[in-house]
Amino acid sequence: MASNSPEKNPRRKSRYTADRAQPGAFEGETVTRRGFVTGGALAAGGIASAAFGLPALGFALGPLFEDGTKDPWQDVGPEADFNPETYVSKTINIQAEVGEAGKSTIYVRKYDPKQDKPSPSDIEQKIEPLPYVALSTRCAHLGCPVRYYRDPGRFVCPCHGGIYDIQGKVDGGPPVRPLDRHYTSVSPDGRVMVGERFSVNSELRRFLPRDPSNHLDGLWQYLYPARPST
Amino acid sequence: MSKLTPPLPKFLRPTPPRPGQKEGPGRNGDGDGDGNGNGNGKPGRGEKLKDGALEGTAQVVGYLDERTGASPFLRGFLYRKTPKGTNWFYTLGSATMFAFVSQAVTGVFLAMYYEPGVSRAYESAAHITNEVFLGELVRGMHRWGSTVMIVLLFLHLGRTFVFGAYKYPRELNWVIGVLLMVLSLAMGFTGYLLPFDQRSFWATAVGVNIQASAPVMGPYIADFLRGGAEFGGATLSRFYALHMLLIPGLLGALIGAHLYLVAKLGTTAPPWLKAEKKELTKEEI
Repeated sequence: MASNSPEKNPRRKSRYTADRAQPGAFEGETVTRRGFVTGGALAAGGIASAAFGLPALGFALGPLFEDGTKDPWQDVGPEADFNPETYVSKTINIQAEVGEAGKSTIYVRKYDPKQDKPSPSDIEQKIEPLPYVALSTRCAHLGCPVRYYRDPGRFVCPCHGGIYDIQGKVDGGPPVRPLDRHYTSVSPDGRVMVGERFSVNSELRRFLPRDPSNHLDGLWQYLYPARPST
Repeated sequence: MSKLTPPLPKFLRPTPPRPGQKEGPGRNGDGDGDGNGNGNGKPGRGEKLKDGALEGTAQVVGYLDERTGASPFLRGFLYRKTPKGTNWFYTLGSATMFAFVSQAVTGVFLAMYYEPGVSRAYESAAHITNEVFLGELVRGMHRWGSTVMIVLLFLHLGRTFVFGAYKYPRELNWVIGVLLMVLSLAMGFTGYLLPFDQRSFWATAVGVNIQASAPVMGPYIADFLRGGAEFGGATLSRFYALHMLLIPGLLGALIGAHLYLVAKLGTTAPPWLKAEKKELTKEEI
């Protein structure tokens, strides 16, 4: 190209290898054979490495992008088992294939319109309240199992002393949001069914399930996105 | 041989003649006058055997050295110059590496009995402890050795920091050392889950949730470690693979780089030693 020739613009290097006095240069070529073969070998090596590396990486990272939720409705007993005043503990499967380790305790109580006021966003969006309140025992601090104490009506975490009130809202200690809940419904034959987990913020507005320690209030909530796996 | 070449190890040097013995090369001298010899100057049976063994060893070493060129490398690596004032604190790095080797060896043997499945992990770990011959000892060495390695690692790190051994030109070795520390802690974290009892289950649940508390990336890191949204069978096999394959490989490679830089740059003198003031000769002025 004329604009590249050294005569017109001496500061610009010629695109021809011969003009640049490269070793092994031939007249009229812009890439030496040596450079071409080096580049070709690097490209072939890169393609071959990517051919096994990228699938392996996707294999390891796959669970991040998979929707892990399945139809999870589980029977926790007849309606007569539950009352609006206090919680009854039930065991459900979180990860069925793990066996004992995949089980978890939940606390279930009948919905009480007097004390369970729906959140402002639920009223705004006309979301019906759930017939039963099912609280997960996974502490919202770091995931230890909380225990319900009937007399003070509080949930207490054994690890770092997080305390929750009877609604599951934080009453003290390090937790960053209320206890997670599960969807509930009543089957036609009068059995209480417990479904997927969801997280709530301090107003009990529903969110997709988050990990413990992830905030859902104020500006913090934007730092902890919902993940595709939930 | 120039003066700079380190001296040969003692067993490769010719023995000097004993007092009262005639001049000449050693080795074949019979123990004159010590009653063991046969008194006529011929080598005894024991001496002959010793000579033969030495010669055989030398031949094997020579064969290998001629084909690998290992001896200049090994001499440079093993007979390094060390500064004055080198003391016991300088052995902490080697001690940490020895702890790593011990973890690697006991870990390989534990893997012969351990089964990384949710239904078998706890059973197989209990089987190692209670039934396998010396199983309690090997598992105990691995379990306590991990603590020993971390303690030695931090002592080594503290020694390096207090002695100022991280300064130019050794900054890169400090960086590699910090990576080794992070990987060693990751070994501790992933290994803790493998017995799969209540303690390891909940400790790992809390540990993963602590990582989930990092803003933005945290939830994704937790999903990666768990292999999904919930703690399950995928978590155990993931931790097993990280603990057995990925992290030990990285550790081994980085230890190699760490040692190379130590051999290349040498060690530092302790900070309480002042540089010696040398009388300058005329030429140097």
